[in-house]
Parts: sequence; C-alpha cells; structure tokens
Amino acid sequence: MSGLGRRTLLANGALLAKGALVVAFALSRGAAAQDADSPALPGDLAKSPLLDSWIGVDGDGRITVFTGKAELGQGLKTALIQIAAHELAVAPSAVDIVTADTARTPDEGVTAGSHSMQDSGTAILNAAANVRVLLAEAAAWRYAIAVDQIEMRDGAAHAPDGRTVGYGELVSGLSLHVTAKPNVPRREGGSKVIGENLARVDIPAKVSGGEAYLQDMHLPGMLHARVVRGPSDGTRLKQADIEAVGKMPGVVQVVRHGRFTAIVADDEWRAVKALHRLQAVGWERIGEPLPAKGMREAIRALPARDVPIFDYPGPPAPAEAHTLRARYSRPCLMHGSIGPSCAVALWEDDSVTVWTHSQGVYPLRKALAELLGLPLERVRCVHVEGAGCYGHNGADDVAADAALAARAVPGQPVRLQWMREQEHGWEPLGSAMTVELSASLGADGRIVGWQHDLWSNTHNTRPTTAGGLLAGTEVDPPFVPPKPRPIPMPEGGAARNANPIYALPNARGTLHFVEPMPVRVSALRGLGAQMNVFAIESFMDELAEAAGADPVAFRLAHLLDERARDVVKMAADQFGWQARGRGTGFAFARYKNLASHCAVAMEVRVDLDTGMIHVPRVVAAVDSGEAVSPDGIRNQIEGGIVQSLSWTTREAVAFDATHRTSFDWSAYPILRFPAAPGRIEVHVIDRPKQPFLGAGEAAQGPAAAALANAVAHALGIRLRDMPLSPERIRAALRPAPAAPRQAAG
Amino acid sequence: MVRGTRLAVGIALGSAALLAAGFALAWHPEIERIAPPASASFGRALVLEGEDLAKLGNCAGCHTVDPARPLAGGRALTTPFGTVFATNITPDAETGIGAWSRAAFNRAMRRGIARNGDHLYPAFPYDHFTHVSDGELGALYAWLMTRPPIASRAPPTHLDGVFGFRPLIAAWKLLYLEEEPLQADPAQSSDWNRGRALAEGLAHCGGCHTPRNSLGAEDKARAYDGAMTEGWYAPPLNARSPAVRPWTVDRLHVYLRTGLSPAHAAAAGPMGGVTRALSEVRDEDVHAIAVYFASLMAPAPAARQDQAEPMDRQTVAQHAHPEAAALFAGACAVCHEPGAPMMQQGRPPLAWGTPLQADNAHGTVRIIMEGLDSPAGATGPTMPAYADLLDDRQLRDLTAYLRTRFTDKSPWSDIDAAVAQARQGKAK
Amino acid sequence: MIALSVNGQTHQVDVDPDTPLLYVLRNELALNAAKFGCGLGQCGACTVLLDGKPVFSCLVPVAALGNRKVRTLEGLASPDGKPGLLSVAFETEQAAQCGYCIAGMIVRAQALLERNNRPTEDEVRAHLAPNLCRCGTHMRILRAVRRAAEMMGGGVRDVAEQKP
Repeated sequence: MSGLGRRTLLANGALLAKGALVVAFALSRGAAAQDADSPALPGDLAKSPLLDSWIGVDGDGRITVFTGKAELGQGLKTALIQIAAHELAVAPSAVDIVTADTARTPDEGVTAGSHSMQDSGTAILNAAANVRVLLAEAAAWRYAIAVDQIEMRDGAAHAPDGRTVGYGELVSGLSLHVTAKPNVPRREGGSKVIGENLARVDIPAKVSGGEAYLQDMHLPGMLHARVVRGPSDGTRLKQADIEAVGKMPGVVQVVRHGRFTAIVADDEWRAVKALHRLQAVGWERIGEPLPAKGMREAIRALPARDVPIFDYPGPPAPAEAHTLRARYSRPCLMHGSIGPSCAVALWEDDSVTVWTHSQGVYPLRKALAELLGLPLERVRCVHVEGAGCYGHNGADDVAADAALAARAVPGQPVRLQWMREQEHGWEPLGSAMTVELSASLGADGRIVGWQHDLWSNTHNTRPTTAGGLLAGTEVDPPFVPPKPRPIPMPEGGAARNANPIYALPNARGTLHFVEPMPVRVSALRGLGAQMNVFAIESFMDELAEAAGADPVAFRLAHLLDERARDVVKMAADQFGWQARGRGTGFAFARYKNLASHCAVAMEVRVDLDTGMIHVPRVVAAVDSGEAVSPDGIRNQIEGGIVQSLSWTTREAVAFDATHRTSFDWSAYPILRFPAAPGRIEVHVIDRPKQPFLGAGEAAQGPAAAALANAVAHALGIRLRDMPLSPERIRAALRPAPAAPRQAAG
Repeated sequence: MVRGTRLAVGIALGSAALLAAGFALAWHPEIERIAPPASASFGRALVLEGEDLAKLGNCAGCHTVDPARPLAGGRALTTPFGTVFATNITPDAETGIGAWSRAAFNRAMRRGIARNGDHLYPAFPYDHFTHVSDGELGALYAWLMTRPPIASRAPPTHLDGVFGFRPLIAAWKLLYLEEEPLQADPAQSSDWNRGRALAEGLAHCGGCHTPRNSLGAEDKARAYDGAMTEGWYAPPLNARSPAVRPWTVDRLHVYLRTGLSPAHAAAAGPMGGVTRALSEVRDEDVHAIAVYFASLMAPAPAARQDQAEPMDRQTVAQHAHPEAAALFAGACAVCHEPGAPMMQQGRPPLAWGTPLQADNAHGTVRIIMEGLDSPAGATGPTMPAYADLLDDRQLRDLTAYLRTRFTDKSPWSDIDAAVAQARQGKAK
Repeated sequence: MIALSVNGQTHQVDVDPDTPLLYVLRNELALNAAKFGCGLGQCGACTVLLDGKPVFSCLVPVAALGNRKVRTLEGLASPDGKPGLLSVAFETEQAAQCGYCIAGMIVRAQALLERNNRPTEDEVRAHLAPNLCRCGTHMRILRAVRRAAEMMGGGVRDVAEQKP
C-alpha cells in the first residue's frame, strides 16, 4: 500500500462537517511544517504547501477551491475552476471558489502583474492533481487494486469491474492537511475542461441584476458614509461648519481624526447632500504648487537617480553606422474605474471586517492593522468584486476610509463609496514618462547598437503600511508614506519591457528614477510597459524605414525566440500584411519578456480636417502558454486593445497649479462607442502543457505602438508623444502659421 | 383726349421703364461653367488662410449636416417665410460649386447671386459677406475648391406664395444690401476695427443677434438688440445686455475661444459650434472680435453693477415653487449647487448665466431639454439632456423656479410657449 | 411616502422627495442592476427606462416620477424569472469583463431594439454612446446587440465585422 505513508487519518484539530476535512486555514498556517520538498513546489504552492489551503472536498463530493487572488473581471474565478475541475475530473458545476480572504485563503500577495495564472493557477493545478492522486490511492486501497487501475471520472473513482465510489465518501478517510508533492502527473485522457470556453461563472448575476459587486452589498442595519476631502490629491477643504452638517437630517455621525473626515448617515442620498453642504466652504492647496509646465516636463526635470536596467554585451557600433535618435513620451494616465471605489466595514468586539475590492487583501490588512492600532488577527479583509480597477486605484484608500468611519459606529456595517470626482481626483495615476532611444544600423541593415533611457516616477505605491493609505496621512499624528523604490528587473516597474526582446548586441538601458512625486502615482495596467513598448516598437518602425525594410520582416530579422516569431507571423498573416494598404501599423511585445506574447496589426484612417482617428480593423495574435480559457484570453486582449486605444488617442490627466483638473468624464473623456474599432480579431496560439502565462496586460503596449505606426504610415508624419489626439494631429498636419493677413476694407 | 393719351402713354412708358429697371435689377446673367480647378493650383498658405476664414464665418454651421459629408448642404433653415435649404458648397461639378469660377463665387458672396443668375435668399447672409475683402474671398475660394467633392443635391428651396418669386429679392437687395466697403473708424484701435470688420463681415454676428423687420432684413437701428433665430434666443450684445457681470475683453476672448466664461456660462445651442470653430482660428482675430463687442457692451448695466456675489434667493424660490425645488435638488443640484464637483472647479453659478437674465425663457428651456455636448474626445462642459426625464409641467415649473431663485427680474410670461416650441422642435 | 411604479409594481417608499431614483432602486427596492457610476449623467451605468425611454436614474428625483413607469434590467426578465433576450444575448457572447457597465448597456440597447430592431451599425453605436465602458468590451457588446436584434426577428445592418 504505497503512498499512504505520509498521510494521517483524521488529523487532530480538524473540523468535521459532513465528513469533510477542510482545516481552517488561519489555524493551520502557523502550524504547517515546511517540508523539505516545499522549495520545489510550483507557483504559490511553495508559500502555502498544504493541500487543504487550496482544495476542499465535502461529504457530497463538492469541491471548494481557495485562491488568494481576486476576480477583477478578467475571468479568473472561471479559469481557476476550470483548472481544478480538469485535474479533479469533476464537472465545473461541482466546483465552488473562494477568493482572497485573509481568514480563508492563502496569502498570494496582490492580484497584479498578470501573475494570477502563473502563481495561483499553477498552484491549484498541482494541488488538485495531488488531491486526485490521494483520492485515487484511497480508492485503490479500498478496492485492493493497483492505483493505475483506477479511473477518475465525474467526481468518482471507477474500478475496472464497475465498482465506483464518489469523492464525498472517499474523502472521509483522508486528510488533505498534508504538504503537496511536486511533480505529480497531470490528468491524461478523459473529458477536457482546460482549453474549453467555459461560460464565466460571474456573468449571469451581472446580466440579471444579482448581487454581483461589493457596491451591491446590503447588510442588515447598514449605514451609508461619504469621505470628505478636497477635490484632488494635494488639496483639502477649508474649515467647515461640521456642527451644522452633523445636524442635517439622516446624519448619524461626523467622524473626525485629524484631517480625516467622514459623514455617516442612515440614507445614502442624505450622506451625499451632507457632503455637498460641507464642500461648499471651498478648498485650498496643501504644499507646493504643481509644476507649471505639467507633469510630463516635470518628470524630465526633477532630480533623478540612475538605475541600470539591462546591458547586452557586444562590440561598439562602427563609426560609419547610421545612428537614429528619438524621444517618446506619455502624460499621466488615469485608471478611471467606471464604478468609483467602495468598501463595507463592520466593527465587532474590537475586530474589524472590511469587504474590499483591493487587489491585495493581505497587504491591505497589514496596513489597516497599523492604521487602526489592531493586531493582525483582529483585521479581516475579504475581497468582493468591484468595477474593473486596472491596477492600484482608490480601493485600498476607501477601505481605510470605511474602517475609520465604521469604528465610530461599532456593531453597524458602514458602506462608504467614493464619489465620481473623488475617484478621478484622488486615485493614484499612471506616471508620466519619457523614453529616449538611440540605435545604430550596420551596413547590413541590422541593429548594431542600442541605448534606452527612461524617466519616470515609481509605478508602485500599493499600501503595505498605514502611511501608504490616504487616511493614514490625514489622521493625527499622521503616518509617513514610505519612500518609493523602483521595482527590480526582470519584472520592473517603470522599466518593465524596457529590455528589448530582440537580439540586440551592444545594448544598454538606464532608468532615471524620479523619486519626488508631485502627484500620487502607482500601478496602472502594464506599468511602464505601455510606454516602453510604445517607444521601442515605434522606434523599430523608424529604424526599419531607415534600413529600407518592411517593419515585420525587420522585427523577424532580430527575433530569435520561436514562440515570439510564431506570434508575429500569425498576426501579420491573418491581417494580410503582405498586401497591406495605407495607414497600417504593426507592433509586438512579450509582456515583461516573461508573460504572454502579443502582436497587433492595425489599420487606421485619419480625418485630415478633424484629426480624428478611425480604426476599421485590428488583428492580434497572442500566446499565453497553455490556454485555459481561449475566450477569456481573447476577451482580455480585445479589452486591452480598446482601452489602450483610448489611452493613446485621447487621454491625459490635466493639472493647474493647485489641483488635478480632470475631475469628471467631461474633463477626462475616454473612448465611446462611435470611436470603437470596426472589428477586432484575436488569434490565440495554444501551447498545451506549457506554463500558464498572464494575458491581462499583454495588449496595452503593442496596441499603442501599432496605432502610432499606422498613423505614421497614413500621414507620413511620426507622432511620438501620447496622446495622438485630434488637436495634436491637426497641429502636426499644419505647417507654420500663415503670414499675417491684410486688414479688411 | 390728348391729355388722356399723354397720361396713358406716360403710364405705359413709366411702367415700361419701371419694368425695364426692375428687369435690369432682377435679371443677372449666368456665369459660364468652368472645369473644377485642380487642388494643386492653389497655394498651401492660401488654402490654410481660407480654412481659418471658413471657421470665422462658420460655413459648416449651415452647410454641414453630417460630419462625414462636410459642406454637402441639406440643412433646413426655418424662416418666417418658409424653409430654406443650405446648398452643397463642395467642389462637386454637378451638385456643388465645382463649376463656379472665382467671379461667380465673388458675386454670390458679395451680391447674393448664384452662378446661374438666380437670386439667393438672404438666409445666406451675403448682406454681411459683402464686406469681405477680395483677398479673403480668394482664400475662401481656394479652401472650398480643395475640399473633397461630394455628390449631394440639397432639397430645392420653395418658399410660399410671393416669396417664392426669386426676382423679388432684387427689391429686397435694393433696400437692404449695402455693398460699400466698411469704413474703418480712425478713432478706434486697429484691433477694434479688425473686430468690427469680422463681426459685420465674415462672422455675421448680427445674423442671429440683431432683430429683423417684417421683410426679414436686419433692423440696423436695433443692431445687436438680441433676437430669436431658429428657436434659440441670441442675447443682446450691446447696452441692452442683461448680463449681471461685465463682459470685459478678456472674458469675451476666453468665452469665444473656449466656449466657457467662468464669469458667465458655457456656450449653448448654436454658440457651441461657433466657439468650437473659433477655438481653431488665429487668436488675434478672436481677440479683435472681443475688443469690438466689449466696447459695444461697455454701457450695459453690468459695468456699473457687477454681481460678484451670485444671487441665490433659495427660500423665496422654495416657497414659490416647492415641487420644482425638490426637482432641482435631485436633478440639477448635483452639478449646480455650491458644493458640487463642477462648482469646486470654478464653474460659474447659474445666477451669472445670461439665459436666466434674458427677457424670455427660450434659452433656459432649450438648454435644460437638450443639454450641452463637447465633440467626441474633446474636454469641455457637458450637460445631459432632460427632455425625457422631465415632463412639460415639470419643465415649466423648473424654469420658473430658476428665474425666481437666481435672478431678481420679473417672472417670464412666455414659459409655456417656450416649452411648447422646444417640444415641437420648431424654430421661429 | 412616495409612490412609484417599477417593473409593473407599485411601491411606496419613505425617502426625501429629491432622492434620485437610482438610490431608491438600489437601497429601498434592492434592485441592483442600475449602478452608481458618476451621478452626473455622464456614464450611463444607472440607465433605466422611463415610459420606454432610456434615462439616467441618477438624475430623476423620485418625487418627479408621478405615474410614469420605470423599467429596470430586472424588469426585462419574464415573470417566471427567465432572463430577457438581451441578457441571454450578452451571456451567449460573454459580453462582459468587469461587467459593471453592462446592466446600463442592456437597458439602453433595449430602448433601441424595442423601437427599431433593424438599426444600422452606426445607429447602434450612436445610440449606445451615452454609456461608457472602461474595460473595452465594446466589440462584444455590439455583437450581443446584433444577436439580440436577430433573436427579435430583426438584425443590425451595415456591420463592418464578419461573424466568426
């Protein structure tokens, strides 16, 4: 009876429910012994090696998957269910999933960086495989046959003679509170779940008015709150008559801690009215005025320290080599979540539960504990889906706001939602950036030297301490925000994707890291990759033109990796690149040079009078490793393309000396339906058995660059500064102003 | 008998002379068609100058219906005499002006005569364009002839009854078309003179802002007194301006250039298109127009009595219109009350806007019903349309409430009519 | 107490008369579909039908409703709870990423297709323009509307995209 050695039957301290064995994770984590095998475990299994951290099986054979990652609308829940269902040989409908909850799920850090499939998906894949093997072995033992005679199918173990036993019964003799073994074989044969386009489990509620979002939570006795601040980052309200507002109908409390102010009311609209009453007093700037010339210029001019990014060896370029230089830039960009950030908090018995759509419930919990002066175990953060966040938006800050507001009314849940202008005004932005590239072409038309310099603020101020939360800087005494630091390569923050994937000799890159932050900045989808890929891929086109080469052929001439080449060729072929017309552009990148490959080919038409860009056709190809849900990948790539088109053709956060003036959608317009592309095709290249690669951010950079390349092709003019807005295009089309006219008679 | 015969002959001769004179006045020859000139025959600088002038004149405002088919005409302009359809002014040879020579174009702009000799209805404001200089006409011609030709026949204009007889327009022109060039006023600055030349000429501001007589001509004695045009009220631009804050040169300049005056309001209705066009022309020209109208409005009441603190008679209005007060609080206050996000950005309070101060309710009603829009992708003031959110009774009540709350002027007597008119989408 | 008709049922709610309909739907009647996106009439996440016309429920005070009939996404389902045609179409096309804007999209599209189930592509895009989607789900939303139009016996004309 091999394979039983390391298991314990009915381990002490286990909770039994209907014969199930799922140990409360909070109890087990501290007690888990790190097996000598742990370092070799894949994905986040290495950090949480116990099987029951990830998989539960109940007495009816229902599976529960636990993940420390969060559903952001990227289809994560469904994909992880598919993985577990596949490996466990059950129908997906037999699987439930619990996401990011500090009381119930593993700590997988932040749902970001397109890591979820790699880290959580891989962990669940292996954990589920482990559980399947344990169940199969239990069945083999029960029937006294060899385990390789057992077929696992439809939630039951089947013996060759027809005897079957369901998982529910099998699990009662097992403990899953055991360390995973590495290299457990994947399930072979039988019905496929990975690779199928399973309908997303979260969509039915979303198209029928179900309680699908944190914003939809209704708890008994729930109060409504609004936080009170100035219009944007760097401002505050003047002294206001709090007394008067406290007496307004419906206002239960006005919560104050230092500068932090929140209104708690019994009715949401009354809270809004009270908020407006307070805001009528006017506001003022705190601190230095904002840079007069705007953030893009400021980032170039502020003190920076040099951080080497990459250095590819090679002989120096020959003297006669043709050298090109170009500078590319982008302004600050906004996440612009369509639903302003929201949180629900409840204090009971000196503990607080916060329902939040923060991407990182564990780091948030740590920051909240410090802010509230509580031990970690008295703070619970539970992820509930919010609107799409695309990075670090207001979610963490509003969680702190809600927790502080709720502390004033213990025993009553408090729902605090930011207003639209608060989300626009206070969310941390994607940093303005500038990239300067120079490269030399040899006599054979290949690149023989390359230099990439980039200027940027940090791309990560996600809170791990109280000082990283807005409220933390407002309470008395305030917490100090931590110093920003660059994210090291190979992931990189500002420098993400600055290291070109092309085979370039004699290539160097330096990040000029600007520490002073005149405005709040943090992670926005793709981080520095959107800018770096925009620059590199625009520059590749400029080099190709100088070399007299076709842009796609030029790229292929410098691209060695087979999977990368396949993606490039797929997009080019499906687009019909050989027979392309005017106004077409191409771009390619592998996100972080580690995650998904994505190539985008685009056709544009530019209205020469208005400067508006129309995009009749986009064709993309993507390689995400083994495609768990091909349609999920297509959805993310389509969405990334359209969002990146909005960034690249329209968006720029505006400031004056005192505040952020992009305060609502009228002041920060984003793409609407009439400007959406005519059609987008996404071709997914499946790589069975290859590691899962995240696709959520893969399209941002290639779409932006493909657009710039297509516009250059259409107009014969190269625009290097985002956004390629109608104003900038009109200005580019017009030469110097006409000579002064004669006065009319 | 001799006397009678002499009289008869006299009358006959007189009539014949009159007829001949009338014929001479009314009849104009056709100017020969030309082959549409090649785009390359026009210098780039001239074309760009023409583009600027076309924006000053806001040709697109009347001649473009569908942005995808610019200048192809077809827009219906409602006049008291019937509906006039703006023509296709793209260089299409058959349906546009592609076959028009420079002379034909000049004659149309200066004297209101089409290439084929027909008189044009003065809905096309040649009574203003007649002041445009030769050089500028040349630039406009260059720009028009280099636009993409679009085949599109505008519906023919057939006015009712006697107004359908085009040669009668000749008589109208005799009375109202002053073809002499504008004389500069040596007592004024060159900016002022340039502004006046633009306002009276290409920009044809009086076309909307000056009331017209029964024959549809601008009443020069009441220049810029304000007028209803196509259902929008164009307010007075002179001493009768009802604005409660002075229109200084700077404020006018900013308003015309950006579509928003922080001391007044956002541009609404047709001024939206006008200010968008002006945002793209040479700044000196916009400044000049501002100088001119600032001087015309210098004697207006606001100059003596600037309402720097916005009027807000909230309690009075609440008592007079309690239902509307609740409407305002739920439908409007979220942008328009003092603590609202837009107000935190320095947008002007309702009390400062001219629509509420005007002597009629039309502007206010239409803005509420239609809202304000910025072009796609551009930043700027926006307002949703309330036509479907509010019924007629609520619109009337809200309009009266706004007048009571944000002004101390007498209540409007035309609210019912304004709402009815706006609902029908009819212009007057 | 204020009476209002929502999805064919009359409700009495005890709220301030100036309370926008959106808050009443969500907080008093537990109808979650219409969402708070901006409260300013700029994003359409709150779209409901008022006597058949799509409006921003964040800007309609409940006291102003009178006898007018409100229909929300929930009201597009059949009485026995079967999802409406557009909901089915959206689910079939998997037309959602975060999905926060989708309820508003469905209601806005419903108003169009009830009036005209043979619109052109340009008409559909213009009609949906008041509704924002930040995730970039536009292509799928358009496909879902096309599918729904066909399910209603019509279809969208002049589409640039070929069917897969």
